[in-house]
This record gives sequence, structure tokens and C-alpha cells, in this order.
Amino acid sequence: MGIELLGGRILAPYFGSSVHIWGSIITVFMLSLSFGYLLGGKLSTKNASLTKYGLIFLVASIMVVPITLFSQPIMEFIFTHIEDSRYGSLLASTALFFIPTIILGMISPYSVRLLVTDNEKSGQVAGILYFVSTLGSALGTIITSFYFVLAFDVNTIISAFASTLGLLGVLAIVINSLAGNKELAHA
Amino acid sequence: MLKYLLLALSVFSAVATGEVIHEERSLYRNIIVDETRDLRCLKFNTKSSQTSQSCMYKNDPDKLVFNYTKLTFASLLVTQNPKNVLVIGLGGGTLSNVIHELYPAAKIHNVEIDPAVLKVARDYFNFIETDNVTSSVQDGRIFIKRAAIKKQKYDWIILDAFNGDYIPEHLLTKEFFEEVQSVLADGGVIAANTFSSSKLYEHESATYHSVFGDFINVSRPNRSNRIILAGIKTMPTQAQLNERISALGPRLKKYDVDIKAISTYMQSTKNNQDWPANTKILTDQYSPANLLNF
Repeated sequence: MGIELLGGRILAPYFGSSVHIWGSIITVFMLSLSFGYLLGGKLSTKNASLTKYGLIFLVASIMVVPITLFSQPIMEFIFTHIEDSRYGSLLASTALFFIPTIILGMISPYSVRLLVTDNEKSGQVAGILYFVSTLGSALGTIITSFYFVLAFDVNTIISAFASTLGLLGVLAIVINSLAGNKELAHA
Repeated sequence: MLKYLLLALSVFSAVATGEVIHEERSLYRNIIVDETRDLRCLKFNTKSSQTSQSCMYKNDPDKLVFNYTKLTFASLLVTQNPKNVLVIGLGGGTLSNVIHELYPAAKIHNVEIDPAVLKVARDYFNFIETDNVTSSVQDGRIFIKRAAIKKQKYDWIILDAFNGDYIPEHLLTKEFFEEVQSVLADGGVIAANTFSSSKLYEHESATYHSVFGDFINVSRPNRSNRIILAGIKTMPTQAQLNERISALGPRLKKYDVDIKAISTYMQSTKNNQDWPANTKILTDQYSPANLLNF
């Protein structure tokens, strides 16, 4: 959500602040999240592990980086080739946000797979996950729009998001390998 | 109890703001046209406040109502006989109408993001459109970017885009001003309507200065509007100024613009910077414009 919010700021210099900008951004985020959920669910059926979970975070973190590096030339190109700012902004937000958001969308279903140990409690686990992720989205939105933009550059904020994702990914992988070593030691 | 209180308040505010003669729901906001006796105003309605965007005297439509609209004409002291005028932010179309009357041969293009505002300007504020006076519904930034690609030039660019709160963030950054500069003709001028009371005042000044160098502030002491005149290549001499004041004075009188008085409100930032040297410049990356303004 933090990134979605900044999306409006990133696109404004090239596509303005008309209503259709937000239409484009929200459409792309919803579309890519939905694909992400599907993919994440599918992936979780194949030898789910904390390491793979960490890898999703890592890949997401890497995919966010192009937003800071290449958004200018990408938008410049689209701006000069598409006259209508509705389709321009739709294409630009697809180019910038589609892939990272798909990968971010994979996290939720994969989390369900890792956290559900008891079928009886699967609903409860899913409930808690929805709670955490939606609450996180709400916090991300308000903190970004109320405070971060006052203090930092847009790129700095996005880099911080990317680093956080990357760190979480590494953390998951390290924890898993430590746990794996212990299991070996016990064996 | 609360209900009655609200009712009483709404009755009171209706009295205070006059009679609403037209309401227009747009994609961006609610637009209200209201009348208090002779004064007709276009207002943007937000929950917390109504802000007048444009007003006119019904019985004397030539006479300008707002102080800032009058101050905008200080531009004519630093540039002469504009031929291509660009107005970003239409409002009621007042500026466009007056400029058209003053310079019938000049091409004037108005850019307005909100189709509903354009409609209201046509229907309620006698917005004049001719072969020379045109308008497009578009975001100002995009219009200027495209104009730059087409190598169009304007010799008088008026930045007057406001949403209910303040100037939209992406029209208040260094990158935007550079784009505006690229469509400014030699000898032309940019006139930007801003608030002197805003917390952004220093950031705005620093940002303008970073792109255009020294500029002229036009503002009356203790008033909330200031017009920034930027992009001026050569400042007129005092003799030239006096000459222009006496030439323009009679022509601007019917609009209630006292150009002689306005000329005394003009102050260059040369040797007179009223913002700290380390003020952060607003950019596309850093533009918390609307937040700072509260």
C-alpha cells in the first residue's frame, strides 16, 4: 500500500493528477495481487519451506528496485509514444508495478500454508493473516502519506521498503537453515 | 439536539454565503456558484471549507474582484504586448476575458483539468471563447510537457491552478518549473499566483529561485496573496517602468486595476532574499506540498 500510494506521486509528473491516474494504479495493483494470490497458492503446494518463503521476499525486494532506477526513462518513453494519458498511465503503472506486486501477492497464501498445522484451525490462521496484512496495509498507507513524504524523497522511501523486504527474506532463510541444522544435530 | 444545532448552523451559513444558484458535481469536487447581492462566485466545496476560486460583479463584470487577479497584471510592466498567453487553471475565466479585451489579437490558451469548471465558466461567468481564445481539459503539467515537445512558446504564462487546498504538488516542483521555462519565449514572463501565508512560502521561493534566478514578488503588506513574476531576462529600467505605467494606467482602470499602486508592491529578490539559504527545494521526489501547507 505504501508503494501504491507513492505510485500516484511517481506518475504525476508525466501523467498528471487526473482521476484516471488513480484508476490506473488501483487497477494494476488489484490485478497483479490477484495473480500473485493464485501463483502463491500454487507454489505452496510444492514442498513449501521457509527458505522458499524467504526467497519470495528477496525476489520481491529486487523487483521493487527498478521503480527507483528506471521509472524516469520508462515514463518518458511511454509519454512520448502514447498521447492519451489514460492509457499512458495504465501502461506506465503496469510497467512499474505489475511484477513486484504479483510477487508481493504471493506472500499471503504462502504464509497460510506455512502457518496452518491443524486443519481445524486453518480458518483462524487465515483470519489472523488477513488481519495482520490488512492492518499492515493501513499503517503503511497512513505512515507513508502523513509522515514519510514530509521527510524523505520518494526513491528513499521505496528503497527502504525494498531493503526491509530483503532483510525479512534473508531472516527467513537464516532461521530456516539454523532450524535445519538443529534438526540434523538432534538426529 | 445535535440535529437542531446542525440545522441552525446550516441556516446561518446559507445566510453568510449567499444563495446557491448552481451546483455541479465533478470528478474532483463539488462546484458551487453562489450569489450574494451583486457578487457571483465560483466555489470549490470541501467538507471543511468553501473556497472562492473566482468571483464577478454581475452588474459590472469588467471590474475585477480579487486582489490577486489585479496583481497578476503587474506582468505587463515587465513584458509588453503579449502575443501568446497560456493560462493554467481556468476558474471562471476572468483572466482570459480581460486579457482578450486588452489584446484582442493575442492568442490565449486556457488549460483546465476539470471539465465541470469549464462548463460553469461558460454558463455562469461569460467565459469568452473565440478563434484566438481556446481551452483544453487537461492536467497543466501534461499540457506543458507536450507543448515543450512541440516546441511551442508563450510570452505570458499564468500559473493559477488550485485544488480546494492549494497548488497541486506536481505543479510546484523544480522539474515542473524547468518544463515551464522551456516553453517561455524570450522576453516573456511567468506569473504564478501563490499564498504568502503558506508554510510553503520559503520552499516555493527557494524552488523558483533555483530555476529562474532572481524573481519579483508582487504582494501588498499583510495580504495573503503574492504573485511571483519569474523568468524575466532583462529588468525594465525605472524610466521604462514609468512609461509603461502611464500607458497602461487608463487601459486598466475599468478593471479596477491601479497599476501605479501595484508597481509599488513589486520587489525583486535580488539582494533581498526572504528565505534561509538552506531551504529545501521542492522536487518531484520531495514535494510534501499539501501537507506543509496546513
